[in-house]
Amino acid sequence: MAPSFEQLTEQDLHEEEEEEEIDFSDLKAQFEVKADEGLDTFVVIDGLPVVPEDSRQKLIKFLLRKLNTVGHTSEDAVFMPLNDKGMSEGFAFVEYETPEQAVAAVKQLHGVPLDKKHTLAVNKLMDIERYGREGRVEEEYQAPAVEPFKEKEHLRSWMGDSNARDQFALYRNDKVGVFWNNKSNPPENVVDRAHWTQLFVQWSPKGTFLASVHPQGVQLWGGSTFTKQKQFPHPFVQLIEFSPLEGYLTTWSARPIQVEEGQPVLTFEEDGKNIIVWDIESGKPLRSFVSHDLTAGPTPEGDVAPKKKVQWPAFKWSADEKYVARMLQGQSISIYEVPNMNLLGKTSVKIDGVNDFEWSPATVVREGIKQQEQLLCFWTPEIGSNPARVAMMSVPSKEIVRTRNLFNVSDVKLHWQSQGAYVCVKVDRHSKSKKSMATNLEIFRVREKGVPVEVVDSLKDTVINFAWEPNGSRFVVITTGEAPTGAAVPPKTAVSFFAPEKKGSSAGNFKLVRSIEKKTSNGIYWSPKGRFVIVATVHSQSNFDLDFWDMDFEGEKVEAEKDLAANLQLMKTVEHYGVTDVEWDPTGRYVVTSASVWTHSMENGWNLHTFSGNTLSENPTDKFKQFLWRPRPATFLSKEEQKQVRKNLREYSKEFDEEDKYAVDIANTAVVETRKRVLNEWLAWIRREKEIQAEEKDAFGLPEDADSPKQALDAPVGGTDEGETVVEEMVEEIIEETEEVIG
Amino acid sequence: MRPILLSGHERSLTQIRFNGDGDLLFSVSKDKIVCAWWSANGERLGTYNGHQGAVWTVDVSPNTVLLATGSADNTVRLWNIKTGECVKIWEFPTAVKRVAFSPDGSKLLAVTEKRMGFLGTIAVIDISYGENLGAQADEPSLRITCNESKATVAGWSFLSKYIIAGHEDGSVSQYDPKTGDQLANVQVHEFDMQINDIQFSPDRTYFITASKDKSAKLLSARELAILKTYPADTPLNSAAITPKKEYVILGGGQAAMDVTTTSARQGKFEARFYHKVFEDEIGRVRGHFGPLNTVDVHPAGTAYASGGEDGYVRIHHFDKPYFDFMYEVEREQMRK
Repeated sequence: MAPSFEQLTEQDLHEEEEEEEIDFSDLKAQFEVKADEGLDTFVVIDGLPVVPEDSRQKLIKFLLRKLNTVGHTSEDAVFMPLNDKGMSEGFAFVEYETPEQAVAAVKQLHGVPLDKKHTLAVNKLMDIERYGREGRVEEEYQAPAVEPFKEKEHLRSWMGDSNARDQFALYRNDKVGVFWNNKSNPPENVVDRAHWTQLFVQWSPKGTFLASVHPQGVQLWGGSTFTKQKQFPHPFVQLIEFSPLEGYLTTWSARPIQVEEGQPVLTFEEDGKNIIVWDIESGKPLRSFVSHDLTAGPTPEGDVAPKKKVQWPAFKWSADEKYVARMLQGQSISIYEVPNMNLLGKTSVKIDGVNDFEWSPATVVREGIKQQEQLLCFWTPEIGSNPARVAMMSVPSKEIVRTRNLFNVSDVKLHWQSQGAYVCVKVDRHSKSKKSMATNLEIFRVREKGVPVEVVDSLKDTVINFAWEPNGSRFVVITTGEAPTGAAVPPKTAVSFFAPEKKGSSAGNFKLVRSIEKKTSNGIYWSPKGRFVIVATVHSQSNFDLDFWDMDFEGEKVEAEKDLAANLQLMKTVEHYGVTDVEWDPTGRYVVTSASVWTHSMENGWNLHTFSGNTLSENPTDKFKQFLWRPRPATFLSKEEQKQVRKNLREYSKEFDEEDKYAVDIANTAVVETRKRVLNEWLAWIRREKEIQAEEKDAFGLPEDADSPKQALDAPVGGTDEGETVVEEMVEEIIEETEEVIG
Repeated sequence: MRPILLSGHERSLTQIRFNGDGDLLFSVSKDKIVCAWWSANGERLGTYNGHQGAVWTVDVSPNTVLLATGSADNTVRLWNIKTGECVKIWEFPTAVKRVAFSPDGSKLLAVTEKRMGFLGTIAVIDISYGENLGAQADEPSLRITCNESKATVAGWSFLSKYIIAGHEDGSVSQYDPKTGDQLANVQVHEFDMQINDIQFSPDRTYFITASKDKSAKLLSARELAILKTYPADTPLNSAAITPKKEYVILGGGQAAMDVTTTSARQGKFEARFYHKVFEDEIGRVRGHFGPLNTVDVHPAGTAYASGGEDGYVRIHHFDKPYFDFMYEVEREQMRK
């Protein structure tokens, strides 16, 4: 095998640089062996029993059985040398047919027990030559130096901010920076680095790490100064996905991984794979996979998309991170146990025609069920005369909890509520003639006994967007009529707000609160704390309005909506030209709307608003790409403590208001002071400049007004009179106005 | 502030200048015509015809007797303002990009383009105001050659002590107008970001530069020290210092060649007002539908005019609020 660059150590490189007077016979010796390719097929088996000559053949035969499990070799290819006493030495040389088989033997047979007493030690012959040659191994054992303990930066230091500010990552041009949000004041920089990432940045779900994506792999950063934390060397990685509790990371690349020798983390297991599931703690791959081809399965419409589209996230995590599942379109769902990554029950769950599935985002406490398991919802389209089906499966028992048959289905989308209390199944149905479309919302009440299903009155139009209130039981849908073919303007949309009826402790039936017609909106962005929602028109050429809604307005309520658990009020409408993204901060206090250069190059930048739509700052930014709030981990306060805080909010806020006021005062005085200083400096400069000039004039013997145009050299005599032109301007001025009544 | 719209040019404006009294406004454009306007009402006084190419630059003698223009036809022409006749033509090997009279009107400088094997130069010509205005020197009294980066704009400092030139590479240099020696060269703007305009304060002790690097800077004429920086979000073509009030006016916009691919919304075709001392942006005036190529302020500080790529000149006479506006600290300073 030829020496490759990766195998050279730093020292080797250094030595090559000053090769002149150096005797590099040792280097020669080192590389000479490797150049000899013929030895690639040889391995050395050590740890064999020492046998006399006559039982040698028996041992070889016995050994061959093991050796042939990984490749092909024969009796002739095994050479077991004997010593002077006619006894074997406890090792043997074996030649395989190909170098690959030899590599496989090293990988798979090393450390395998031969019998009770003997364990095989398998090495490539070349490695033995390379590392085991005389002088390479120290005669005396030297204990490896234990690195002294280094204190690491606290990974959650940002949570300790005394003002409970939030951080955000900003990716613009080639630079990525992390900043503190300072409300209307300019954000405070934490770090700002050029070329921090190649593709994009992403926070882990609890905000501990910031991931940057490079052709060499994924790099995680964390701590107060964002130092390197973990590396996941997946070459040419394109997409990444964290597990919900930050334990694991999934990475994907379009081109299959090519593992080169000397790669410290990846092994031959990963060769040719596209997806790796990593353990973040150890930085080691758990298991790797080849990505499924999405076009493999027949789509319900029958038309197979010509473009291969990656299905992402390919692996979906259960809420407790104990399982990770992947679907093979139209055939099965494979559920793996984490961290051993073995298939649950050793087989994939066969589901004919399965089209999509979603895990419950939280572990649901179901009525009448003692053993709480993870829930998984999936659907299958109509196949032949069988109806389409939506089903809920409990994992790990793989028991189907609830199933529902549907007809005339063209598409289904599954929407879990954030606590897993409901699943809304959005069913797009077509009429028999397949000409008109309608949408049904079927809501599974997961917590209630037997999982009852409620059908929300069928909507005439197609639903283009749907979103549950986080931790709530209300939702917003956006519907649109049929677009006239060839129309340049997208059809008008309608925004509908739904809420349950008030009925004791449990939520009643879902009813329409209000529907706003003739909108252009297409995006729904709920505050992470619920109650407030932004309905926006994004990615549009002509409209870019953002409506800030309050679902619990503390004012008078419309009579017709009296028995609904909502009081809808439009707080404000804001426009942000070319808006492409809307991001709520994790506390639901602020929201950032941004226009990214990834979508268009018009007026890129980001604007900061309060939850109620007051714009705090506008930040036009050249080549703006990404704005990401740093997520926060779940609170440590118990429900009671949270309630206590809410109760005493007025007290707390008084304190903070005062602090804010003080900060503003300080800032104002500072501004005034700087202005004063700047102005005085300016005036002093002007004065000094005047003095110097006057001195110079004196020195030249020029009059005070030497520069005045009237003193121009050779100015014609009396030029002042002639040169001046009189502009006649007629100005009418009413001096007096009287009105006389005649007659 | 109602603008007066002067629509006398058929192509984009290149430079506009008020005369010393501020009653006249001269405008030149790529349509080869030089126009004179009454600044008070926008009436056209007349035109100066004769140039064979786009007119790049214009300047008025301090006593409003002579008008100098420089053009792409490689000439500098001197006009009798009153009669409109061309009294003198100087030929140069390349186009003339900027002309400027010295503060006393006794000298005229002309910045020539670097082209066809000729290096960019700054030529200084002596001007006389005798009975016969045509009796002018035939040859420049001095030629300064820009070996490194060509000069794009130039002007005279107080007492004609220095010639200050802005260069294509974003640097500003100071020349001695007697010997032609370069006294200093400072890289004030980003490298290779051309300086598009230089205009002086009324007392000519400091000046403002407008650059393609989206900023304007206030520099002292004596040391070329950067006094103030005014950042903008668009390339700047012109900048002016207002007398009477402590403001600067910047004009610019999306480069002319990119205009067709960007919307007017994004073009940023506005005149921007900054506070000269505090460097804050305090206002914008919209109106042009192309980049602003040139701005100039009335010498009394009562009006300003802008000329755009769209072929229009807009004269704005300032309203009362403009003069009333003051920072609290300035008010305090006044009271003292």
